[in-house]
Amino acid sequence: MTSGEDLIHRLTELATARFGPAAASLAAGDDLFDKLGIDSMQALDLLTDLEEAFGVEIPDYELQGVTTLAGLAEVIGRRR
Amino acid sequence: MLREPVPSAVSFDGATLSWHHAGACLEVSLHRAPLNEIGTESLRELEILARYLRGGAGGARAMIVSSSRPGFCAGADLRELYAGLVSRGRSRLGRWLPPGVARRLLRARIGGFIDRIHRVFDTLDRAPLPTIAAVHGVCFGGGFELALTMDRIVADRTARFCFPELRLGLVPGFGGIPRLERDVGNAVVRELLLTGRSLGARRAHEVGLASELVGRGEALAAARRAAEQLIRFEPRTVAAAKAFAKPVPAERLRRERALFCELVTRPGVLRALEAFVEDTSVRPYLPRAVGGA
Repeated sequence: MTSGEDLIHRLTELATARFGPAAASLAAGDDLFDKLGIDSMQALDLLTDLEEAFGVEIPDYELQGVTTLAGLAEVIGRRR
Repeated sequence: MLREPVPSAVSFDGATLSWHHAGACLEVSLHRAPLNEIGTESLRELEILARYLRGGAGGARAMIVSSSRPGFCAGADLRELYAGLVSRGRSRLGRWLPPGVARRLLRARIGGFIDRIHRVFDTLDRAPLPTIAAVHGVCFGGGFELALTMDRIVADRTARFCFPELRLGLVPGFGGIPRLERDVGNAVVRELLLTGRSLGARRAHEVGLASELVGRGEALAAARRAAEQLIRFEPRTVAAAKAFAKPVPAERLRRERALFCELVTRPGVLRALEAFVEDTSVRPYLPRAVGGA
């Protein structure tokens, strides 16, 4: 598994823990908001989860326009 | 001058907040759905709390402010603010006023609201008893400003602190900038203010904004344990130490109020508020670009 695939795998695990089994079947390019129906508060919770899990700090503006696991993986990859 | 009535009940259950005494600690809980947005009703009940504090708070020796909602507080009630702004062109008689007159009236009306908020927040800030904000989830804008009036912030891991006002073409108006300046370095103030980003609980703890970082759902319990320690000290000594260590930045507060009132009537603010209020997407708290004021 490449580091990118590993990141996506861990992100899927985190999303599943927070949003339930529907997140387990997400593809890397799926829109999280559309597929999971998450709202802005849940998005902030996910941001906190990401910061905790990966030991990084992610300013909100880095997430501007990021709606997919692949996009999140890219943001996290830049900050590790 | 009329004397303001001092609430005598040791418990209060209002539409937006409640309080009760737990031993020597006054516990205040914010409970307005969805996220304790501060509007006129919240302000009215905060004023009742402020009067209770000025009247001695029933002998309480510590105070905790927390929230029973999914977050601490999302800030000012922007829908109410927007409604006030869109009605600015009308007089009470229903006649449209010239823009200059309407703007002055609006500035006066908003200034009145801000003055009331400042009186309440100053009372919370200066209260002689030690105060703790137990924070979880969103602590944004006016909610962050409320937390900053407390002596200590206990944050659980879900807490996020943010001044999103610049997204609306505004600055914080409830005293947040001077109080944040008092607590942390100016680089952190600028980071929060100028980017509109949120700080997670861990970073808030690292920069000294939160005095304790605890696990998810543990903030209130940790605040209670801290209060148990705080109430053991001699109250007059606590009050003297607090007044010495936590001066109220009166001049900076006055200047922030003036800046807020100057900015709030700009057309760009109305456009940004309109976009927020009429946004039907599920992401109103996520960052976005707004038109210039």
